[in-house]
Amino acid sequence: MPVITYREALRHAMSEEIERDENVILMGEEVGQFNGAYKVSEGMLAKYGPKRVIDTPISEAAFIGAGIGASLLGVRPVMELMFFSFYTVAFDQIFNNAANMRYMSGGLTHCPIVIRGPANGGTNVGATHSHTPEGIAAYHPGIKVVVPSNAYDAKGLMKSAIRDNDPVMFMENTMLYGESCEVPDEEYLVPLGKARILREGTDLSIIGHGRPIQLALKAADLLKEKHNINVEVVDLRSIRPLDEETILNSVKKTNRALFVEEAKPFCSVGAMVACIIQEKAFDYLDAPVKRVTSIDAPAIYCPPLEKIQLPNVERIFDAALDLLK
Amino acid sequence: MSKKPTSSRKTDDGATPYNSRQAAVNARLGKDELIAFYRDMVRIRRFEERCLRSYQQGKIGGFLHLYIGQESIAVGCASVMGKDDHIITAYRDHGHALAVGMGMNELMAENYGKYTGCSKGKGGSMHYFDPARHFWGGHGIVGGQIPLGTGLAFGLKYKGLKGACMAFMGDGAVNQGAVHESYNLAALWNLPVIFVIENNGYSMGTSQARSSAAPSLAQRAEGYGMAWEIAENGHDILEVREKFDRLLKLAHDESKPSVLEIRTYRYRGHSVADPDSTYREKKEVEEYKTNKDPIITYQKALVGEGVLTDDLIKQIDDAARAEAETSAQFADESPYPTVEDIKKDVYWEADNPADRKSVGSLFFD
Repeated sequence: MPVITYREALRHAMSEEIERDENVILMGEEVGQFNGAYKVSEGMLAKYGPKRVIDTPISEAAFIGAGIGASLLGVRPVMELMFFSFYTVAFDQIFNNAANMRYMSGGLTHCPIVIRGPANGGTNVGATHSHTPEGIAAYHPGIKVVVPSNAYDAKGLMKSAIRDNDPVMFMENTMLYGESCEVPDEEYLVPLGKARILREGTDLSIIGHGRPIQLALKAADLLKEKHNINVEVVDLRSIRPLDEETILNSVKKTNRALFVEEAKPFCSVGAMVACIIQEKAFDYLDAPVKRVTSIDAPAIYCPPLEKIQLPNVERIFDAALDLLK
Repeated sequence: MSKKPTSSRKTDDGATPYNSRQAAVNARLGKDELIAFYRDMVRIRRFEERCLRSYQQGKIGGFLHLYIGQESIAVGCASVMGKDDHIITAYRDHGHALAVGMGMNELMAENYGKYTGCSKGKGGSMHYFDPARHFWGGHGIVGGQIPLGTGLAFGLKYKGLKGACMAFMGDGAVNQGAVHESYNLAALWNLPVIFVIENNGYSMGTSQARSSAAPSLAQRAEGYGMAWEIAENGHDILEVREKFDRLLKLAHDESKPSVLEIRTYRYRGHSVADPDSTYREKKEVEEYKTNKDPIITYQKALVGEGVLTDDLIKQIDDAARAEAETSAQFADESPYPTVEDIKKDVYWEADNPADRKSVGSLFFD
């Protein structure tokens, strides 16, 4: 099976969908002539032309809003935010218009859009460019949120997101763009809302999404090696819809849950999942649900400290040991 | 390719000289059409008056932004709009909805929060929708609908469809960043959109002079290389039609965006929650009502042309009042949506379970 990067996987997904459906377009800042700020869309303008791959001015409110408006007529825009952090500039368009319009029209409209881009810290770009808003986005009924942690999922989820008739916020990670894994040549879809067990175990469930769940795999190796602890690692892949069943089944098996995420701790996805676990699997728990998140402050620039602010293998390892005391 | 505004035709007494009657879009009008415009404006006014009564009776919650005084704009523009054209507006949306053919019953029921409302009682007065009539809302955030209207125009062009989008806003919206971004995008991409500013002089309680630098709102189009026009006599439905028609042609024939500023006036407060006592004199309202009321001035002109008679005027008015009254009764007797309906119309997938592709929980307790 071919091994391709997360970046290539996204490009393949978008390209296949552009070829499959004449209504699919890619629009955003620098997606065309510049070949993408992070080269995700490299070569797509040359291949598909300016009608399908559209460079926009730096006007997030207007082009995201325009994509939402066009989707009302059946266009299926994939809109790249150069950094997902720039969603703040288009907040009204996303959360008042895309999220609410179907509701406010009594079901007469729907917005088949994808808003995608990297949502992560760790690259020394400071607080304005390092937002991880999956919890903020998923807070809004009407919005779907996916956070792929590897190339296989990135491709399969992107294709599903583009075919979805609801607005999907697709949060990528610049630190994963160059990571590779096996991705089949033949077409496949990963459905939204289906978690994936990356590693089976019996002693502890580490649940999370995005890059931290890849770090959790490394922590799990160390826990096995040094303490003979068998960790189960559950990658949510999709935040909303959420695969509650896989989460709860894992916790019922291991009786302990650790949630890892890059977001800040207050009102995070982990806080929500911890709430669900205590409501629906309380009797199975041998310890309180624990979380590893970013340290609760705006993203720091200082390169050595940013590494510490973000979840890392050591913090996940320590939290797991603490949970098994 | 900016266009200077045509000189305004002011008269000392404020009465409309009806030069626009000779414009091509108006000269061909037959008696029935002229009367239909009159009837549509009267229907809007009687509907709005009935809404106000229902609000005062406690039947309508939240905000109620009445269109009284601005009827010539919605009816004028919608009457020029063709079957392929699309329309989107802000929260003062009752006039536009009626002008494109939505019924009083579904609108009043929406105001009452009833299931028979156009949005099943989920949107309210500010959020009317009728996609079948190309009416895309009904939007609550000042200027927030303008990127959507730009996108509708983009969608038309992308799909190779005929038609244009008219994106309405008030004079307060012109100072929102999203509006300027949309102007730029529309001009950059040559989108068939007409940005219509209904300038009633006040963004809520703040006069234009206190909110907008430079006296012309439409002229800002020049910064984006767009054509623009001002309809100085916005109470004159025929002038509205004339100016709007010119810009609609530009969108249809050349796929060019433009800005049309229509000077108008609202008789009631920003919403009915506005006591209307802090920012303008009663005299100002009365002067407009006396000299420039869009219905009265048009009525006089049509009587002068021998198109309207006293009998017909009464007949139209009685019918509009009865229609509005019936809508209030319909709304009153209609059921509310159920508690189960709260979670419907949120996700397309949840509403179409047979076609659902995703799995997992979409809703949480």
